[in-house]
Amino acid sequence: MTETIARAETLDTELDGTRLATALAQTWKTERGLWGALTTVDHKIIGRRYIVTAFVFLVLGGVLALLMRLQLAQPEARVLGPDRFNQVFTMHGANMMFLFAVPVMEAMGVYLVPLMVGTRNIAFPRLNAFSYWIFLAGGLLLWIAFALDMGPDVGWFAYVPLSGPQYAPGKRADIWAQMITFTELAALAVAVEIVVTVFKQRAPGMSLDRIPLFVWSMLVTSFVVIMAMPAIMVASTSLILDRLVGTHFFNPAEGGDVLLWQHLFWFFGHPEVYIIFLPAVGMVSTLIATFARRPIFGYLALVMALIATGILAFGLWVHHMFVTGLPRLGESFFTASSMAIAIPAGIQIFCWIATLWDGRPVFKTPLLFVIGFIVTFVIGGLTGVMVASVPFDTQVHDTYFVVAHFHYVLIGGAVFPLLGAVYYWFPKFTGRMMSERRGKWAFWLIFIGFHLTFFPMHILGLEGMPRRIYTYQPDLPWHGLNLFVSASALILAAGFLIFFIDAIISARSGNPAGDNPWDAPTLEWATSSPPPAYNFAHIPVVGSAYPLWDQPGSLNVASGLHSDRREIVITTITIAEPQARESSPQNSIWPLLTAITTTIMLIWSIFSPWAVVWGSIPVAITLIGWFWPSGTPEDEA
Amino acid sequence: MIRRVARLLALLAAISLAGCENWQSALQAHGASAISLKHLIIFIVAVCSIVWALVMVAMIYALARRRAAWRAPTELIPERERRMGRIVTACVGLTVVIISIFTLASFFTTRALSVAGSDDLTIRISGMQWWWGVQYLRPNPKQAFDTANEIHIPAGRNVHLVLEGDDVIHSFWVPSLAGKQDLIPGRINEITIRAERPGIYRGQCAEFCGLQHAHMSFFVIADEPQDFERWAAAQRAPATQASDEEIAAGRDAFMSKPCAACHSIRGTKATGTSGPDLTHVGSRKTIGAGLFETTRGSLAAWIADPQTLKPGNNMPLVPLAPEELRAISAYLASLK
Amino acid sequence: MRMVVLLICIVTLGGCEREKRELRLDPPVAAALDKIALMQNRIAGAPPQVYFALDRPFETNAYNLSEGKRLYTWFGCKGCHGDGQGGIGPSFLDGWWYYGPEMVSIFASIRDGRPHGMPAFKNKMTTDEIWQLAGYVQTIGAYSAKTAAPSRNDDKQVRPSENRAPAAILFDQGPTPVHPDQGPTP
Repeated sequence: MTETIARAETLDTELDGTRLATALAQTWKTERGLWGALTTVDHKIIGRRYIVTAFVFLVLGGVLALLMRLQLAQPEARVLGPDRFNQVFTMHGANMMFLFAVPVMEAMGVYLVPLMVGTRNIAFPRLNAFSYWIFLAGGLLLWIAFALDMGPDVGWFAYVPLSGPQYAPGKRADIWAQMITFTELAALAVAVEIVVTVFKQRAPGMSLDRIPLFVWSMLVTSFVVIMAMPAIMVASTSLILDRLVGTHFFNPAEGGDVLLWQHLFWFFGHPEVYIIFLPAVGMVSTLIATFARRPIFGYLALVMALIATGILAFGLWVHHMFVTGLPRLGESFFTASSMAIAIPAGIQIFCWIATLWDGRPVFKTPLLFVIGFIVTFVIGGLTGVMVASVPFDTQVHDTYFVVAHFHYVLIGGAVFPLLGAVYYWFPKFTGRMMSERRGKWAFWLIFIGFHLTFFPMHILGLEGMPRRIYTYQPDLPWHGLNLFVSASALILAAGFLIFFIDAIISARSGNPAGDNPWDAPTLEWATSSPPPAYNFAHIPVVGSAYPLWDQPGSLNVASGLHSDRREIVITTITIAEPQARESSPQNSIWPLLTAITTTIMLIWSIFSPWAVVWGSIPVAITLIGWFWPSGTPEDEA
Repeated sequence: MIRRVARLLALLAAISLAGCENWQSALQAHGASAISLKHLIIFIVAVCSIVWALVMVAMIYALARRRAAWRAPTELIPERERRMGRIVTACVGLTVVIISIFTLASFFTTRALSVAGSDDLTIRISGMQWWWGVQYLRPNPKQAFDTANEIHIPAGRNVHLVLEGDDVIHSFWVPSLAGKQDLIPGRINEITIRAERPGIYRGQCAEFCGLQHAHMSFFVIADEPQDFERWAAAQRAPATQASDEEIAAGRDAFMSKPCAACHSIRGTKATGTSGPDLTHVGSRKTIGAGLFETTRGSLAAWIADPQTLKPGNNMPLVPLAPEELRAISAYLASLK
Repeated sequence: MRMVVLLICIVTLGGCEREKRELRLDPPVAAALDKIALMQNRIAGAPPQVYFALDRPFETNAYNLSEGKRLYTWFGCKGCHGDGQGGIGPSFLDGWWYYGPEMVSIFASIRDGRPHGMPAFKNKMTTDEIWQLAGYVQTIGAYSAKTAAPSRNDDKQVRPSENRAPAAILFDQGPTPVHPDQGPTP
């Protein structure tokens, strides 16, 4: 009986503001020091780490790009030999796709989705911690291998037979394949967390039509991750099996098939592009609404476009294989489906322009990046339509035209919005504003540098320059443009340098931001900057898609949660009616330990198939530790 | 503004480059299929440029237009929303029309490309790390012959190419004549090319195939029909006999050293198949898959140190005395 | 943090050179590699110092081993030794080495030839090629699987691939001397 009274006293309705804040801070806190850093399950700390790590990989990958441009600036240059060059371009691609682009987008989701849906932590927070450690281990594996001259040299797509047992001696290709396993594991974990967070942890009242568009985009992305990643997992595992234990998945002489690899790889590889692009679309929609000072035009159409893109993403993989000699009729089908992706993309572009037209644009740095995005991405999308055409593609496939195309899509379509998003959410992450002056410098240098670097590559491709060549002969008329491109790459690099300098300076000494510096409408701006460990003292109740615009001043809140244990509100999927109070896990060291044992098993299995047997024992032990019942009371409905 | 000027400059540079002779360019089309592909490319690029320009105009207008008085963010005007809805729907409809046209244009271009006659000249191309094996197939097998890295074809006639990958995946691409097609181990691909006028067209492997992917080029030489027949007759013949002592010494050294284990010279004991056929190596324009012009000096340099000239290639260094090297290079240069 | 740096250093030291691809050895190094010290009976001996200075590259470097495998085909070894099962020449798979399993012995066999039909290759191959080939030949008959091994070919499989040794157990044909007085009796 006394216990019930004591419990009742911890209810948030019984405590005044300050006492509630203290109690919640105590309950949700992360210990100080190393132990705290290793055991935390706070989605904000993990998300921040994830973002910073991914940006470190961006810098490393950028350095590789500059090295390649140095080599290609002159015909028959000897800056890098063929062996080193192949490692460098493979590392650049694999690093940018698997260690920067996908993780950074998921990381933005890890940080922002729980705040935007108004909950206190992400679903499965320990899995979230595990995901980060595994991602870090995968990144270290790749880069340490590269430092040891063991970096993969078979391209980020690792086509067999070149990556198979006969033509790729040593462990280089295995390191690529196992790095995939690490990053897939990390991405799948985050995807599951985001799906559950969005479906079950939304603030009361946030029905499906009130979900912020960034959250929608992360939700669709997560489903694409869950459906695409198994294909590459199957592919890379089969490759390791072929190489290590003598299976014949890809050996034509023994009934295997070389093209099977390409089908599996691109069944993942094409959706991968949308895994990177869709979150960027969500960011653009969010930024445009805030800086055009009006709700986004065509909310429903944009959500449908996101979902349509996510579904169509699985129907286009063959356009990466148009020159492999597949049947003509099949190729024509994939031409049509690849072109069809222009429809949802078009809907999005037109809705954004309509929003800007009717709104009252405020030209801050984030909006500049969005404008840069539209200019650039439309080019990338149109060249995408070009390569979707089979006959067109037979001339430009595997040339610099394609290099230009996908950099327009990935840098223009995803990195520009990402940089805009960093300028936009930086005050939320750190409590400080980034500099507008440096931001504008960074934007213009990156924008100009980007176009000068990548636009000429379209022409180089049509002029016959293939991709992935470490050099070219002086009798080909490519050196002028190549030199120009290499020089322009320096402008692009300078822009990024200013961006990073700005981020570092602003994080230390930027102007304090306040809760909502942009007068933005979504829930993450309803709490302090940076948010407290418990995100919201009271769970907000939402009545529209733009709660902070519709209810300026104070939000309605839900109450009745305990402050002495980590409690979150579970709501229904469609209309977000409160269903239950659920406890959210405590900090724990087990995710780190499990990640370490998993890493040992995965790396060991590059060298010996027995690692899967013996290595799984420590994994099992750490998993038992992780799931050991802790005696937390069951959920209260 | 600076960007515009710079981009204009880049474009001008490109145009001026395109103006000068480039024997490996999709924009310098001299083959039947490359010409129709070029037309398709120009059509699609032109339409896309217009689309891009229109979107940019719309965006700039949306950003720069004058606004009426201040209003709260959530204060929407229903009439205006409806009008915007209609415009957006119309734009999406236009998008659908454009991509449908593109799809149909692609489909018909593809159909026009895959025409092949039964009496076409058939050549089997095999891609190997990092050179091209070329085998002329004839109805009469006695008339068939092998060569490497150089494909002679009669101008104005369809030539049927059978593409086979022997080790890893390569891609056969002569941009001035046709689009590319992969050579895949365990599969056979086919492509038909036709050079409309005599000339030398450069091609290059377009699928990443390992260390020397960058130096895996070849030439397609379109001859007048009678020149082609003369060339084919010369190629069919076995290797020329040694005409002087040094050449004879070179031939003997070639046969006694491991050269013959990998290379074939028809009419001699050399029947290896791991390296290019050398029966008429002296008649080819280049050695090392387009690396150097064929001269006695370049042959000697290549044999003396292949790994420095083309790092990682599959030609092992064979220890030779200086006089052997001289003799062998003389012998190879004499194989016209 | 210091631990991490230390760990990375250790890994670096242990792993370096393992995957390095020497496409062409410096001539002085190649010349030094030729100077092996053989015992009087031309069986066993010591490789030159430089071989150890390079960390035994022809046994531990997978690239060298796979190059050796290609040389095995190109230089006609298959003609007598088949895919390792032997033929006119002895088998490499049965676990018996007439002249011992040391690298120097195999190197000497290839370079200088052996009685009863093994020709000398010193005029046909460079020193580093002979070393590569010797490394591969040793792998064929390895008693235990090694991490650094050339892998199987994408062909019809006639025997287990080299990285799945021990070949001697899988192919236990017993000693089958091709010539009764060839090498010391096992």
